[in-house]
Amino acid sequence: MSEYTLRLRRYDPQSGQAAYWEQFVVELDGHRSVLDAILKHRAERDGTIAIRCSCRAAICGSCGVRINGKPGLACHTHLARAAAAGREGSQVITVEPMGNMPVIKDLIVDMDAVHWQKIGRVTPWLINKQPIPEREYIVSRESMLDITQSMACIQCGACVSDCLSLEVDPLFIGPAQLAKAYRFVGDPRDAQHDERLRDLAEDPHGIYDCTHCWMCIDACPKGVAPMSQIMRLRRLAGSDHQIEDRNNGHRHERAFVENIRSNGLLQEADLLPDSYGGKFHPRAIAVLLASLPVILRAVVRRKVTLRGALLHPHRRQFRDLRGLLDPVERRPERRELNLYITGFDGEGPAQVAGNGPAMVATGTSPTRAATPGPAAGEGR
Amino acid sequence: MKVAYWPGCVSRGFTPELHGSMAAVAPLLGIELIELDRAACCGAGVIAEHNQELADTLNARTFALAQQTEGELMMNICSTCQGAQTECQARLDANADYRAQVNDSLASQGLSYEVGLTNKNFLWLLVEEIGLDALQAKVRRPLRNLRVGPFYGCYIVRPMDQLAIDDEHPRHRYLHWLIEALHGTVIDYAGVYKCCGFPIITMNRDTSLKQAARHLGDAIDAQADCLVTPCPLCHLNLDLQQPLAAKLAGRPLGMPVLHLPQLVGLALGLQPHQLGMGKHIVRPSAVIDWSSAVVAASAA
Repeated sequence: MSEYTLRLRRYDPQSGQAAYWEQFVVELDGHRSVLDAILKHRAERDGTIAIRCSCRAAICGSCGVRINGKPGLACHTHLARAAAAGREGSQVITVEPMGNMPVIKDLIVDMDAVHWQKIGRVTPWLINKQPIPEREYIVSRESMLDITQSMACIQCGACVSDCLSLEVDPLFIGPAQLAKAYRFVGDPRDAQHDERLRDLAEDPHGIYDCTHCWMCIDACPKGVAPMSQIMRLRRLAGSDHQIEDRNNGHRHERAFVENIRSNGLLQEADLLPDSYGGKFHPRAIAVLLASLPVILRAVVRRKVTLRGALLHPHRRQFRDLRGLLDPVERRPERRELNLYITGFDGEGPAQVAGNGPAMVATGTSPTRAATPGPAAGEGR
Repeated sequence: MKVAYWPGCVSRGFTPELHGSMAAVAPLLGIELIELDRAACCGAGVIAEHNQELADTLNARTFALAQQTEGELMMNICSTCQGAQTECQARLDANADYRAQVNDSLASQGLSYEVGLTNKNFLWLLVEEIGLDALQAKVRRPLRNLRVGPFYGCYIVRPMDQLAIDDEHPRHRYLHWLIEALHGTVIDYAGVYKCCGFPIITMNRDTSLKQAARHLGDAIDAQADCLVTPCPLCHLNLDLQQPLAAKLAGRPLGMPVLHLPQLVGLALGLQPHQLGMGKHIVRPSAVIDWSSAVVAASAA
């Protein structure tokens, strides 16, 4: 047994007092959890501490908190490990409520107001393909493995807590929510892939509002990698369903790829207008005008030269790039390697489709839109 | 030491002062840069968002070019390149079948990527290869009284396991350590590990600029004199776009943002004009008194 010092963020709205920090010491083995320490202190010393918990086995997702500034499950964090990560070698374990959600009391946040309301936003249920088969839908092993990762979510809210888009844009649909959306977009039994994707792409706070900061990937205690699911939604919306969203998401992605295919190195002066539909498109002109003070200053300071911006100084040395990239792009099936599913060589990964190649093929093949009935999902 | 040097796109585009300052600093640290001038963009996560294999092929090509040089390892000067390339390398290294497929594509250019390449950002190289003690011994102009806020850039701190950030390699502390080694004062403000917002500047301009403004404002509130970043894309949103971010936030900002090699170069005794300080939108001279005359001369 060792002594561990915990520093808890306390707040009781009924007290009329502001939030404050409270420090206490608990004696427990280092392999016991942060939740164990809080519950022990509550049982023996201070019954007023509020924390939500249930399974104590990292399954129910109730005890999401921030430990030493990072989101996680209190029941899934060892005391010894948490103490070692204490701020500046202090060995003090700091526990506070999750972010981006209002605090109800102490470590309990209002999941209904943010997380669950946003989950409702993505239609989190299967919309059956019609006609419903007489017996069950038959779905290929590959397609179920493909959505396994998003199905692993336990709705703890850790990713919502630290989402950096949500921090400045409370209307952003959210990482757990978009991972849940992929769970149905990736399911061949669902009838509304196109409608779902169109909805998420057209929403100004949808898939193109994710800032690709990786925060949710590190936050998730179950390896769901919400950001990766969002990128897959973008791939499906743009490349497969050709959705020209109002947020310039697909246009930007296409402009970027074409920019590199032509120039080898990014030609920023082209990328900006092309992302808005081309140099002479009204959308592009409006943005260029708004950016004019900055552009002029950059030219005056010789940060940007007219020669560099208007000519394409690198293009000549990358003439061979198209020959390399075009065959990859023209493959009948786009190939994705999801290491969550395939693992690393020699690790005994969950090989997709028995002994077949450990990768998931997706893309525009007509079989992707599985039909209901006995053959549903095959060839996905 | 010789390194296969990948400068990235933006350091030769809208942040030319980054490429220039790296070239100026390298000889002072005994780094010989073998520039990978045939290598192409890393994709910055956007090409992978379009087609993973396309991004993996582009980066495998860069890795193969690096392996053809005499460099001990590959070095980059961009957090985004570090993160995007590490992700591609993880996929290439994880699966021999997949690697063979990508190498099949590269064969037409006489290239092949073999597992085992080390790719380090200049920041990691400074700490892990050169060593902060050796760096400190070379300091000619200690950054005393300079209060510096680190801004890492998402791609160089997350995901931690993919970037091999652990107790042995606490790479998420290196910028803090570096500022201290150069005798500066570290300002630990709220935005240190946050996103500059640049990836969505064309998709949701308001959200993007609000992110930049928030972190710049937090740094000002924490009384930082300047920020330093190893990421040129962050620099675009934090410096180039700063006047627009300030307008959106409705508060004056005026926070200079230095590139990592610029901060190192200043401490090693280089003059601000040698480090391209005059090219910044928010002039470092606003807070760094001893450089003001030279910065003004460079801009003229």
